[in-house]
Amino acid sequence: MPNLKDLKNRIESVKSTRKITKAMQMVAAAKLRRAQEAAEASRPYTERFNAVMAGLAASSGGGNAPKLLAGTGSDQVHLLVVMTSERGLCGGFNSSIAKMARAKAQELQAQGKTVKILTVGKKGREQLKRDYEDVMIDHVDLSEVKRLGYNNALGISTDLIHRFHAGEFDVATMFFNRFESVMSQVPTATQIIPAKFEAADAADDSATIYDYEPSEEGILATLLPSGVATQIFSSLLENGASEQGARMSAMDNATRNAGDMIDKLTIQYNRSRQAVITNELIEIISGAEAL
Amino acid sequence: MADTMQFDLVSPERKLTSVQASAVQLPGAEGDMTAMPDHAPTITTLRPGVVRVQSPDGDADYVVTGGFAEITATGTSVLAERAAPVSEFTQDLLNEFMTDAVTARDHATPEMLDDLAKRATELASVAADLGLNANA
Repeated sequence: MPNLKDLKNRIESVKSTRKITKAMQMVAAAKLRRAQEAAEASRPYTERFNAVMAGLAASSGGGNAPKLLAGTGSDQVHLLVVMTSERGLCGGFNSSIAKMARAKAQELQAQGKTVKILTVGKKGREQLKRDYEDVMIDHVDLSEVKRLGYNNALGISTDLIHRFHAGEFDVATMFFNRFESVMSQVPTATQIIPAKFEAADAADDSATIYDYEPSEEGILATLLPSGVATQIFSSLLENGASEQGARMSAMDNATRNAGDMIDKLTIQYNRSRQAVITNELIEIISGAEAL
Repeated sequence: MADTMQFDLVSPERKLTSVQASAVQLPGAEGDMTAMPDHAPTITTLRPGVVRVQSPDGDADYVVTGGFAEITATGTSVLAERAAPVSEFTQDLLNEFMTDAVTARDHATPEMLDDLAKRATELASVAADLGLNANA
């Protein structure tokens, strides 16, 4: 049985842990709101962009389509772009992405393909390092970034496109968490190179016939790199919102657990205090009787 | 014929404006153009320049660094890579835009190099028109 002083220290320490988790939860809630706003602000652009690109891609899906759209004609070398957070304490957020990426890597390797990994965010890198350190080609560090901007996405996409043109890989797939709600974030894999565009209303789009200036191919060539950047940007934002959501619910749970633990420890503390008093009384009484 | 059409200007980071406009001047890649209601459906890429929106409530100017515009009979949408109202287009913002343009040019793949180099130059000339110095 632990003595009174130990119990008291324990209670104090759990109390301060609870204060920290509570504070983190509130910070995450505030950040979540901002991240959600950013994600929503980018949605009109992304949706419209994808609709236009889908139309363009569908109409120029011939043999002369740019390499970014048509691919290299092979799918031997796969690049996995794994997006995770820079900080921990956000529940299963990073593990679920890492797990998904690992499953995909194993599947590809079983098929005899070459796998390369590029990580965005420190936590995923740490988790994948043990198994895949030798196939990691690069890491993008966003820990200094206070607010995710289109520039961050542009940097990543420019780098990817360079590597693609240099023949370093044939297919790039991106892993991130799609934000569903505060409680649920869905790990998602999307192929970004060769680019795929899914229009929500592809049927309506084909109804309008557009004039293209300069030419259809010219527009496609100019816009494809931006298309990749846009996809990366929207996943970065989704991932950011998911991270805060995951952290918020993880910290909420932690705060509740700490509360339960304090209750339990307090009961134990009171019981042992009473036991000590009872013991003392017994000693006094039996001492008096012995006289 | 309708007097106005829906005009939207969006960038990846935010929606800048959404108004009823009577005419929109666009810096198209192959020359400036003005879109008015009932324009033939057109998609054009943009070069760096100023988008001028004329609406019943008054005119508004926006600086864009590129992107594209989708024009239909009932509306015009500009999807700009980066954009800002002219009133908010300060030296700081210009420097930011310039750095982006120059970085893009320096990292360009060979087939894109001409295009991106042209963009950086054009951005500088737009800035000069607005009384800012791109090389500061």
